[in-house]
Amino acid sequence: MSIALIVLLPLLGAVFPALMMRLGKNESAIAASSVTILSLVLLLTNIFAISQSTVPQASWPWVPQIDLNASFFVDGLGLLFAVMILGIGLLVTVYARFYLSPQEALGRFFAYLLLFQGAMLGVVLSNNILLLIVFWELTSLSSFLLIGFKSDSQEGRQGARMALAVTAGGGLALLAGMLLLGQVAGSFELTEILKEGEKIRSSPYYLSILALVLIGCFTKSAQFPFHFWLPHAMAAPTPVSAYLHSATMVKAGIFLMLRLWPVLAGTQTWFYVVAGTGVITMLIAAVIALFRDDLKSILAYSTISHLGIMTMLVGFGSEMAVVACVFHVINHAIFKAALFMNAGIVDHETGTRDISRLGGLASLMPISAITATLAAASMVGVPPMNGFLSKEMMLEEVTHATAIGVAWLLPGLVMLASVFSVAYSLRFLLYTYFGPVRNDYPAKPHDPSRGLWLPPACLVVLAILIGLFPEAWAGSITRLASDAALQSKSPKFHLSLWHGWTPALMMSIFAFGCGATALSLYVPVRSIWNKALLPDAKGLYDLSLNACVRLARITTDRSFNGSLHRMLFLFVLAASALGGVVFARSSYERGERELLPINTSMFVGWVLVIVACFVLAWKHQSRLIALLTVNIVGLISSIAFIYLSAPDLALTQIAVEVVTLILMLLALHFLPKEAINEVISWRQYRDIVLSVAVGASVGFLCWAMMTHDFQSISSYYIQHSKPLGGGANVVNVILVDFRGFDTFGEITVIGIAAMAIYAMLDGMLTGPLSATLLKWTSGLRFSPNRHPMMMVVVTRVMLPLAILVACYIFLRGHNLPGGGFIAALVVSIALIMQYMASGFAWADERVHFDYHALIGGGGLIAAITGIGSIVLGKPFLTSGFKYVDFPFIGKVELASVSAFDLGVFLTVVGGVMLALANLSNLGRMTGDGKQ
Amino acid sequence: MELLVATAVAAMTAAGIYLLLRAQTFSIVLGLTMVTYAVNLFIFASGRLTVNQPDIIVNPTGTYADPLPQALVLTAIVISFAMTALILVMSVRSYFESGSDLVDLFGPEETVSKDRR
Repeated sequence: MSIALIVLLPLLGAVFPALMMRLGKNESAIAASSVTILSLVLLLTNIFAISQSTVPQASWPWVPQIDLNASFFVDGLGLLFAVMILGIGLLVTVYARFYLSPQEALGRFFAYLLLFQGAMLGVVLSNNILLLIVFWELTSLSSFLLIGFKSDSQEGRQGARMALAVTAGGGLALLAGMLLLGQVAGSFELTEILKEGEKIRSSPYYLSILALVLIGCFTKSAQFPFHFWLPHAMAAPTPVSAYLHSATMVKAGIFLMLRLWPVLAGTQTWFYVVAGTGVITMLIAAVIALFRDDLKSILAYSTISHLGIMTMLVGFGSEMAVVACVFHVINHAIFKAALFMNAGIVDHETGTRDISRLGGLASLMPISAITATLAAASMVGVPPMNGFLSKEMMLEEVTHATAIGVAWLLPGLVMLASVFSVAYSLRFLLYTYFGPVRNDYPAKPHDPSRGLWLPPACLVVLAILIGLFPEAWAGSITRLASDAALQSKSPKFHLSLWHGWTPALMMSIFAFGCGATALSLYVPVRSIWNKALLPDAKGLYDLSLNACVRLARITTDRSFNGSLHRMLFLFVLAASALGGVVFARSSYERGERELLPINTSMFVGWVLVIVACFVLAWKHQSRLIALLTVNIVGLISSIAFIYLSAPDLALTQIAVEVVTLILMLLALHFLPKEAINEVISWRQYRDIVLSVAVGASVGFLCWAMMTHDFQSISSYYIQHSKPLGGGANVVNVILVDFRGFDTFGEITVIGIAAMAIYAMLDGMLTGPLSATLLKWTSGLRFSPNRHPMMMVVVTRVMLPLAILVACYIFLRGHNLPGGGFIAALVVSIALIMQYMASGFAWADERVHFDYHALIGGGGLIAAITGIGSIVLGKPFLTSGFKYVDFPFIGKVELASVSAFDLGVFLTVVGGVMLALANLSNLGRMTGDGKQ
Repeated sequence: MELLVATAVAAMTAAGIYLLLRAQTFSIVLGLTMVTYAVNLFIFASGRLTVNQPDIIVNPTGTYADPLPQALVLTAIVISFAMTALILVMSVRSYFESGSDLVDLFGPEETVSKDRR
């Protein structure tokens, strides 16, 4: 449990700083850091277990169907990264408290920061790779929020969007890779996958897995050619850069490569792709860093370059290189976070980060100058700083690696990169802090408050301690993490400052000399660089993004110009084309199923349907004829339902048919009766061709389907209808019991539709449209007798009879054709007849219930029935039933579904009546009605 | 019998889609209703056609019509009724709002995207 809590605490705790912000900045910062500290303490309780080479685990099923479990584990590698995330997170929290100005929403900032922290911890502690993806994408999302924190700056928004597009896009590739990996390994748990190295490397999917996973890692860790997002992410507030872009988010890719090293590494492809990408990134970024003027931009490219080093080391595939990589991960996090914080201090105190406007700050800001010097020394790799140690280890590994059979190729490239690395580091330091003091700083520089310089100072002290006493301060954690990354005992090594006059040391000294010389020639070199025509990654990115947007816009505009006709046409065309593709590729001969004989009356019905369809298409402009033909089709389909053993459907269809007819007549009263004169054009022929083609293919599909035998899943319902549902009418039992939830949703839809209808009609009566309505006349001649006596009498006599019939239909519904729906429609018809015969005013006066309340009440009854079964410990809407003997009446079945059916009944009555009554009310308000 | 059902479905679909592609709201509502009939019959037919075997259980081992498509279609009938009512009222309202019952105010093919921007 405690392991899951490490991850969950920051995620859940993210609300606290936001809430505490009401008390003040300090309280908010304390809330944020308390969460971090708590999580850190929980993490550290696992150290003893890990050092005993056990792996604490915790696991809960989440979505077991897709092998997604909420499973966490912490081994050495996870421990190292988690400590970095929480430790540096703590320092960044303190730093940010003093860095952000009072106008900025600090509470929101800490909330995002904790969210990111939790997501990042999830990445490094997940055991399940699908869970890992969830957290991986969550880091992309939360970093989007952090980078775009200054939402009023365009740079911030653009940078955030670019970072999200690149890293989340890479995350999608990673998801695909992880799915493949899990399939091949036979498990989605890392602890299992890591044992399947042989199987995965020899799998035919190995290359696909490798490519997809590496795209994910390279985008996240800003490797060439995906590196361009990182410098633009520098629009983030500096604490974010110090956190995300030095120690955590950009290391996620490195982490994953280390994590999957035992199963993916060791092949030639791995070596060339990973080490190659690493060395190219390292070199290119180091070169660019030399020619940047923004302090943070220099650091961003330097980070890319160092990430390149780590990637290269992982790519070598040798165990010692992994050790070097792990060690460099630690060291880089420490000095780079310190440097970012330092750049933030310079920005904060002088008002600029532009290196060309700085210089000579050492005497004005001595403390910052000391921390910057030491951190930069670590970045270059000067003894006795920690960066020197891992750099020596890296160079040592490079001298052992041979690419394409050329022994000097890799060392040569790395040497070149080192020269640039020395040059930009020196430039960063010297051009900011040393040289003559200037008098044109935008603000008067001085050392910042303790809250700002202490966090980087802590890191620098740590950097010195690791440099001087590497075994004591970093030996065991490096060993633990390397063991975990390798999944075996790492080779024996001893971290120490002095290794003798090794080739690596020679290379270092040589690079230092060259770098310093290069910097002394900076001015001419810079002018050459400025003249050189270089491809701009951001430009290319923007270009392709704009092209995508343009393509989308053109496609939308071409296909959907706002014309419904055109949209429907294209939709039907596209849908039938897709169907046609599938249709053409499958066999659709007539099946073996025995056909039913054609019966005379059904044949007559068929002829009527076909004729009605033709008449409808031909005469659709005369509304009444069209409406009648549609109704003929509806009536014949209900007759067909009776014949084809579906009495429930027939009843429903007939009742709906009547209600629809009334509704359409009411609506038609308001709509133009005659159609516009449509010009017969090629468009009409085109529509005819399309509809005939679609009709024919649907008919053909239907024919193919009906002539084939099949295995129905309905036997379950037939067998269990009586014992489980207590009803003999299977269709009804399915509706109110087996699939009761669907029905519940359905009555909700009816209720919502009725409310929408009410809103639209009521708006016409009361809104600005009421004036139009008053002036409107239908132009029809009305009978002087608006409420004929015959009709009034007949409908009033019919009402109680209809309600009786409805009760009968309702009660027998569970065992014989009938049920709530049909009963509701019968009642509605009887009621609406009153409105039609006797007039709205007469009827409305006599209706003593509110149709809104009927809808709501029906929904409520249905919901309570459903919840009732939850109270009894059964799933939602499980039915209970019991036979009770009533005197005189006999044995009666009392089933909870009857209550549910009552809910259905009430909602449908309410819905139908709300729609019809309001529509008939509309007529009263027109010019006709006022006469 | 199957042939009759299949051809009826075909005719209803064709007439329905043709009406859907007309310019006035009432035709479109009728077209939608026709397509609904066709779809309902199609779904119903997916349980295959049976005569004289309604789903009223007398003994659980007997043969019955497939109840599942029937239940689906019953739901579909009621829902499509609600949607027909909604779209009808929408067409009445829009007729009063705009004074026209044409679905494309600018004519069926004229582009309105310029005005949209």
